[in-house]
Amino acid sequence: MTDLFYAFAEAAALIARCDPGLIEIVALSLRVSLSAVVIGTVLGMPLGAAIAIARFRGRGFLIVCVNALMGLPPVVVGLLVYLQLSSSGPLGVLQLLYTPAAMIIAQTILVTPIVVALTRQFVEDANRTYDEELRSLGVRGARKLATLLVEVRYSLITVVFAGFGRAIAEVGAVMIVGGNIHHVTRVMTTAITLETSKGNLGLALALGIVLMLLALLVNGLATTVARFAPGTAYA
Amino acid sequence: MRELLWSGFAARSRERSARILPLDVTGLCYAVNATRIIDAVNLQIDGNGCTAIMGYNGAGKSVLLRLLHGLLEPTGGNITWAVDPDTAARQRAMVFQNPVMLRRSVEANIRYALVQRGYPRALVQQRLNAIVEETNLLALRERPAAVLSGGERQRVALARALAPEPELVFLDEPTASLDPAATIAIEDILQRAKIAGRKLVLVTQSIGQAERLADDVVFLHHGAVTEHTPIGEFLDRPRSRAGAAFVAGRLLT
Repeated sequence: MTDLFYAFAEAAALIARCDPGLIEIVALSLRVSLSAVVIGTVLGMPLGAAIAIARFRGRGFLIVCVNALMGLPPVVVGLLVYLQLSSSGPLGVLQLLYTPAAMIIAQTILVTPIVVALTRQFVEDANRTYDEELRSLGVRGARKLATLLVEVRYSLITVVFAGFGRAIAEVGAVMIVGGNIHHVTRVMTTAITLETSKGNLGLALALGIVLMLLALLVNGLATTVARFAPGTAYA
Repeated sequence: MRELLWSGFAARSRERSARILPLDVTGLCYAVNATRIIDAVNLQIDGNGCTAIMGYNGAGKSVLLRLLHGLLEPTGGNITWAVDPDTAARQRAMVFQNPVMLRRSVEANIRYALVQRGYPRALVQQRLNAIVEETNLLALRERPAAVLSGGERQRVALARALAPEPELVFLDEPTASLDPAATIAIEDILQRAKIAGRKLVLVTQSIGQAERLADDVVFLHHGAVTEHTPIGEFLDRPRSRAGAAFVAGRLLT
């Protein structure tokens, strides 16, 4: 119990004096996860919207697959990306293994299915309302897709936060492809794992607290946006 | 001066484009499973003015309108325009009973329709200003469209439909859930659209509204056209039994 108390005290001190080591790790975490979310969003939203409004053979099967991919285990993704990027793998020449770029790739693979699946759901629901009106105006194809994405923009903010939550919290993928190298690829989750096993509970707890604060902030933002935006229905 | 020249040019080029009417409908059928909702409808819609489609609830009025506008695929029969189907589609608009507003300002909703219909870019702003005034939306033009009242939304829907200057406008009971003042506002706009040369095809339950707006009436009963008569004649001497019962306010099974 006293251990926990001292750990908390140390955590508070580290956060209070903006410990450079702590800042470095938090900054890299944000850089990697935000990059993955941006790429996942740019790829996933148009794809999700396209699946929502297109009708083709195997569509139902594709939706089941994408929904299932939302639960993709991070360690499995880490392993698959590792196999591609390792020096004997097909992409080994790029020399990306144990770099932040590799971590961004792995997290993008984790985030994109979430963005695709949730966007698909929101756009499909919206399309039920808008379909006749848009077809009456002669809106088709890419323009219909873009219009519907703009119409569900407040829901899409929640989608982005869901993707960010997934990326920032996972440890398995970044551990495998990043290697948790000090000053290079150490992020919050991998640092917590390492410091805990070293018995350095203060730093581990400080990182844990920052991680949870970030999660709280993100969820708070998502809830605020979701509560106030649809009422104004305007931007 | 340049703007005047431009608008004159645009108006002329629009007049020169071939008219999509008359519309010829032969043997039109629409069935869901084995139920025939529209049953072998023959119909010709021509020229200017306003054609009212009337009939009891469930007669198939809204379905007929959607078939004509191309929102539903007929299960039988033909719908023929005077020009090719793509050109005809660009010259049509529809106002729904419950119009869907885009989540943006009133003005942006109307602009969306203008841009979508390929209205000459240089004239969009000018046309926007004109239609906003015609539909009495000046005070609302910056407001988010999705939170307007029913009557206001219906005026935006009308502005959106009329803005690109289509030749033909379908209206599906546009005043069905509106109060008398809002109804009058809509009817005023429709009268002016008629004068401006728009052809209106109006589904309505209101004999009074048909009398005020329509030039001829298509009466639909159980998915079939029982008569297509000038409005005066329809009100005084309906030719069909179903039409007579409707005008007299009787129930018919």
